Amino acid sequence: MPVISFENVRKVYPLPAGDVVALAGVDIAIDEGEFVLIMGPSGSGKSTLLNIMGSLDVPTSGEVTIAGNKISGMDDDDLTLLRRDHIGFVFQQFNLIPLLSIVENVEYPLILKGRQNGTRERAEEVLRAVGITETHFTHKPGELSGGQQQRVAIARALVNDPDFLLCDEPTGNLDSKTGTAIMTLLDRMNREEGKTVVMVTHDPRMTEYADRTIRLVDGKVVE
Amino acid sequence: MTFFDLARRNVTRHWLRSSLAVIGIVIGVIAIASLGIMGNSIGLMFDDMVSDVGDTVIVSPATGVGGGKLTERQVSDIARAVGSNDVIPFSSTGERIAVGDKESAAMIYAIPAGDIPSLLEVESGSYPKDTGGGCLIGSELAANSRENGLKLGARVRIGDETLRVVGVLKERGMGFDINPDYAIVVPYAWYSSHYDEDDYDQAIVKVRDVNNIDAVKESIEQKMNRREDTVTVMDTRAILESVFAATESITVFLAGIGAISLLVAGVSILNVMLMSVTERIKEIGVLRSIGTRRGEVMRMFIYEALILGLAGALIGGALSFCTGYLVTAVFVQNPDYLFDPTSLLYIVFGMLFGVITSVASGLYPAWKAANLNPIQALRHE
Repeated sequence: MPVISFENVRKVYPLPAGDVVALAGVDIAIDEGEFVLIMGPSGSGKSTLLNIMGSLDVPTSGEVTIAGNKISGMDDDDLTLLRRDHIGFVFQQFNLIPLLSIVENVEYPLILKGRQNGTRERAEEVLRAVGITETHFTHKPGELSGGQQQRVAIARALVNDPDFLLCDEPTGNLDSKTGTAIMTLLDRMNREEGKTVVMVTHDPRMTEYADRTIRLVDGKVVE
Repeated sequence: MTFFDLARRNVTRHWLRSSLAVIGIVIGVIAIASLGIMGNSIGLMFDDMVSDVGDTVIVSPATGVGGGKLTERQVSDIARAVGSNDVIPFSSTGERIAVGDKESAAMIYAIPAGDIPSLLEVESGSYPKDTGGGCLIGSELAANSRENGLKLGARVRIGDETLRVVGVLKERGMGFDINPDYAIVVPYAWYSSHYDEDDYDQAIVKVRDVNNIDAVKESIEQKMNRREDTVTVMDTRAILESVFAATESITVFLAGIGAISLLVAGVSILNVMLMSVTERIKEIGVLRSIGTRRGEVMRMFIYEALILGLAGALIGGALSFCTGYLVTAVFVQNPDYLFDPTSLLYIVFGMLFGVITSVASGLYPAWKAANLNPIQALRHE
């Protein structure tokens, strides 16, 4: 069964000037262990697609299944728990919590899940796996470089062992060398750990890491 | 690390702003506590000043009847109505007095000489007799006029006659019948001949058993007011109750003024919290997107308000002891009133209101934070 499945998904934003169709009947199935790129020009519906995949938004019509859960009829709390338990988010701007230290940022999703014991050890384990050394564990996010912050963000996304990583331009704020290192890390997580990775990007060079690319134009999948 | 911990960190992250909000709560708590303590102390002071505790019934002529006086006949009717309880009629007037060539004015109470011992206690000297031209002076009058020569054994001119001070009264405190501490007490016989008057202003009924007060009142009413109201009957308990009700409303009013300052503090908490939410929209978006539920975000912000409120309440409560001491020492001149449980309760009230105001002020910002759209919040710069 696919980890993510879209069946004839439409998303329409009603505006006073007329409805804007962001997704015009999209069918997608992403299987476990795949590394999938989503590409397309601005306004093609990429962000909308990403938001619905991340269960931050719900479609106007059509059926979306995420990690075996149909999201139609889910309320805000259900969607939130779906994000917490099944999806690992990686953002372009890292989006670490400035109040928390590096290790606490990674620990946070475990605490959200109500785990009492071993959260610190698990967080440290994942941090080491993404290449963050212990000297940085107690630092605040602002004290780290962009590349290191993105590694921490990936650790935070991985810590609850999600069904897939949802990455929004993860190298967009990094220089090309650091970007390559981050892509190598994601690629390793995909190949060695079998982690499903879905990535939205503008950068055509990323296709070399991907098993396949979904191209969106005007709210439709083209190929 | 918990949501409370996160809230605490955010409060300390903006320590200056948080401190200012806390100061608002501190002032509010102090205002409620000090003003409450002040009002309460006034009540306690009254309580202490009132000497007789409701064992007295006062009979006054009904207004407009018989020129506002009780006749001898009415007094004996009252005496019959109350059975074995003492009835002490009296009159009073203000009069110029003089000791030697020093003139002043004083309140004069005229009481039948035989009744004086059942109403008043003599500190030094003896009670005056109906004949013999003696009088008593109140304790405060004696204390204040010693230099003027008004003391035991002195001769005091009242109007145009001279009386000898045969006794000084014991301090009696403020009463609802008579207040002899600053007055001169003369035998009624002297007063009657001096002012050529046979009637009395009022009569005091000393009720032996406090539980009988209502029965005594009833019996006087039955006897005197059967056809028309000739007298008004009041018991001091009822007067006491109305005085206490008045001091209580003073206390509530003062504490209310304090509550207004706490309201202002609440608005400042609201402001600080809204600022905190607005600044952290993106952060809230991140928290929501990685799986923090609305209720959890809300809790985090309410904890922030709670921390501000608790800090303000604790500091304010501690400082309220100092201001409470000051208030009781300066305004009622008796800091002991601060340690009365009813006064200390106002510190607890103040602290409680401080916390409640903070949390209530945090509710809307917390609700606003929790209900942000995560997608828009994430996009916020």
